[in-house]
Amino acid sequence: MELKSNVPTGPIEQAWDRHKFELKLVNPANKRKFNILVVGSGLAGASAAASLGELGYNVQCFCFQDSPRRAHSIAAQGGINAAKNYHNDGDSVYRLFYDTVKGGDFRAREGNVYRLAQLSVNIIDQCVAQGVPFAREYGGLLDNRSFGGAQVSRTFYARGQTGQQLLLGAYQALERQIGLGAVKMYPRTEMLDLVVVDGQARGIVTRSLIDGKLEAHIGDAVILATGGYGNVFYLSTNAKGSNATAIWRAYKRGAVFANPCFTQIHPTCIPVSGDYQSKLTLMSESLRNDGRIWVPKTPGDKRPPSQIPDSERDYYLERRYPSFGNLVPRDIASRAAKTECDSGHGVGETSLGVYLDFTDCIKRLGKGKISERYGNLFEMYERITGENPYEVPMRIYPAIHYTMGGLWVDYDLMSTIPGLFVLGEANFSDHGANRLGASALMQGLADGYFIISHTIGNYLATAKLAEVTADAPAAKDAIANVVSITRKLLGTNGTRSVDSFHRELGKIVWDYCGMARNEAGLKKALSVIPTLREEFWKTVRVLGSNEEFNQSLEKAGRVADFLELGELMCLDALERKESCGGHFREEFQTPEGEALRDDEHYSYVAAWEYRGPSASPALSKEPLAFDYVHPTQRSYK
Amino acid sequence: MKIILHIWRQKSSQDKGRMVRYEHRDVNEHMSFLEMLDVLNEQLITKGEDPIAFDHDCREGICGMCGFMINGKAHGGFPRTTVCQLHMRRFKDGDELYLEPWRASAFPVVKDLAVNRSSFDRIIAAGGFISVPTGSAQDANNILVPKQGADLAMDAAACIGCGACVAACPNAAAALFVGAKISHLGHLPQGQPERHRRALSMIRQMNVEGFANCSNIGECEATCPKDIKLEVIARSNRDFLKASCLERPAAEVAGVG
Repeated sequence: MELKSNVPTGPIEQAWDRHKFELKLVNPANKRKFNILVVGSGLAGASAAASLGELGYNVQCFCFQDSPRRAHSIAAQGGINAAKNYHNDGDSVYRLFYDTVKGGDFRAREGNVYRLAQLSVNIIDQCVAQGVPFAREYGGLLDNRSFGGAQVSRTFYARGQTGQQLLLGAYQALERQIGLGAVKMYPRTEMLDLVVVDGQARGIVTRSLIDGKLEAHIGDAVILATGGYGNVFYLSTNAKGSNATAIWRAYKRGAVFANPCFTQIHPTCIPVSGDYQSKLTLMSESLRNDGRIWVPKTPGDKRPPSQIPDSERDYYLERRYPSFGNLVPRDIASRAAKTECDSGHGVGETSLGVYLDFTDCIKRLGKGKISERYGNLFEMYERITGENPYEVPMRIYPAIHYTMGGLWVDYDLMSTIPGLFVLGEANFSDHGANRLGASALMQGLADGYFIISHTIGNYLATAKLAEVTADAPAAKDAIANVVSITRKLLGTNGTRSVDSFHRELGKIVWDYCGMARNEAGLKKALSVIPTLREEFWKTVRVLGSNEEFNQSLEKAGRVADFLELGELMCLDALERKESCGGHFREEFQTPEGEALRDDEHYSYVAAWEYRGPSASPALSKEPLAFDYVHPTQRSYK
Repeated sequence: MKIILHIWRQKSSQDKGRMVRYEHRDVNEHMSFLEMLDVLNEQLITKGEDPIAFDHDCREGICGMCGFMINGKAHGGFPRTTVCQLHMRRFKDGDELYLEPWRASAFPVVKDLAVNRSSFDRIIAAGGFISVPTGSAQDANNILVPKQGADLAMDAAACIGCGACVAACPNAAAALFVGAKISHLGHLPQGQPERHRRALSMIRQMNVEGFANCSNIGECEATCPKDIKLEVIARSNRDFLKASCLERPAAEVAGVG
């Protein structure tokens, strides 16, 4: 398959402006004749639905939670980047662009990233106008903090709840459009298939989670803003409901899946405590601004941290990366923690943890200042672990947090199915092989507020759209597909619960396709995942019926998809014989143990195309060109 | 440890519902409350019984999706704690706990412990926003917000919309939820142009949804997992009163054509 990125040629600084001018427009009076279906109500989905409603389109928006305000964007803690240079510390659009391309280990499209950096400034303006209560200085100006992978302070924040406040801003804009009748909202409604007519995305099939009613919704374009697939790993920082079903079923209808093996491990999460554990909790990266990470110098040192003198502590990030210190990017910090634990320096009961210590900064700034900055995080830590981080250092360990991979999209955010647009974490576009902190919120809102509102108009103005109704053969076929999946899940009546399969899959993917990967392990995973999947369809036990509120049935459908997606992740990881960003192949590393890229052979986007249940997917490659930021080995030393 | 649970089971909004007793012997003090229910559900599935339905999503205390009554207290009644962040170390071996869904006619039961809170969304849709279409904003630092105003706005904006305030209130009033949004936006200069209109629309919608009036009991403040203060209710009452006095019929549209 040929993948046309449609990135404008010419000087990168003017590319987006020129492209916007070249896009065809839809006349204001004609906009209300177009129906747009938006799936997902997080930062990307809510901002897209609200902005398109404001423009005058007919919008329908769907989310599986009981309210659009619950979407998992709400859990983002630390902040959102913008190249405002309010602090006169040398920031610029170009520097944010540079940091993001470098942070992504040269596996993202330059054109997309530049546009993202440009739009970052508009996002802050928009959010402040909406009433997002960002942190302020005494003079009333906006405050900033710094984040991993950057040497300037460009992160805007609202205490430790930045995602919540940005989402509530988008949610309120969305509710305003709902109140005005421009958007119709369908909460507790899950998308289970895509309707493709004449090669164009023309609708979705949904199931009401309240009473199981299946419905085909027809539209002129479909937007998926359904988030990432980190829950393949079972234990992740994602919400329990976060799932890949919408993008996976679109993949099976022909949308190409890009870079599935690019997953991000967040270095600062609370370690696992037992086998009943249902999810992992993140401690914001912003804590690395003031906390110092260390392990005991002697392996197996079980003394309490307060009794280990400074001379017997190894502040390994400060030692290995003196210029970035504790603020190295996430992939590097995560791997360094793994290295320390693998060599016996880990702390805590399981020895899978390192200390994040605030003693020095409490001495320097006082407890009050630290509590003002991180009070809610400290409290959350204490609630979960029963330990007080003002007195005892936090124990942290890496966990799956974000997925850079996702459905392939072009510069207009359109997938390989015309009329199917993909926004936010659900697409693959801007973060390459590693996302920098405080960039996910930026991308979700750039996509939803400022990009889709322009690019979708061009599609609607130029596409030839036939009349389609809910009883079109393609819609009936999609409903029949959903019915058959549901029947199979409910009819198996086996012996094992859905969760037990999910846990087992998660362990396989974490062990073989997690923080470090190698050929033998990936091949092993590729042989055991299909066996597990077979067992799932033979022995899964899902009780109850379709026609009721049935949380086991919801989970079963999502886990069935994870069992397929997990395999594709391993296949992609096996195929990419280099290390880059979050994808660390043990066979490819520098003598110092850093990721060793192979730009000659792997400077491309790996895009996988579904070819039926029994064939293996086909790989297409979109080559990446770097005209502005010259690929070098990333150095944070 | 062992916990005796009495859980409200109700198949759907039409069903009558009843309390059912469960003996849970596999409780570990490090489990969260919801993980304890996960383990119970796994056991029910093995026995072929319908697992207990409850709402939850982020399990970090921020999405606001979880929540039910534990022994008559919303989220269990521990300070600043949603039920997903409540750990079993707060309970003792042999404790007997009664779990019920939020009780309010504006929150009909969906199943077991899950309720429908769409009424909250409709209150926000009525006026809980600042009208600023995408693309129409000025540079962010052109709007100066005194730090104190920003901090007070943030205190109120921390509301997660879980509904515990309604469930804890003897009147099932939504005054704390509504007051939090009115205060959040009212503390900011950006929120001033629509301040009075917002108070009128939101409070009217609140009444339409069947939430009762506030009688200043304060259970909501005591139970709020995000520490929203009663002060927000005073503030929204003030805005509402002022708005009611100032309200005028909408002006005739002038200059058409």
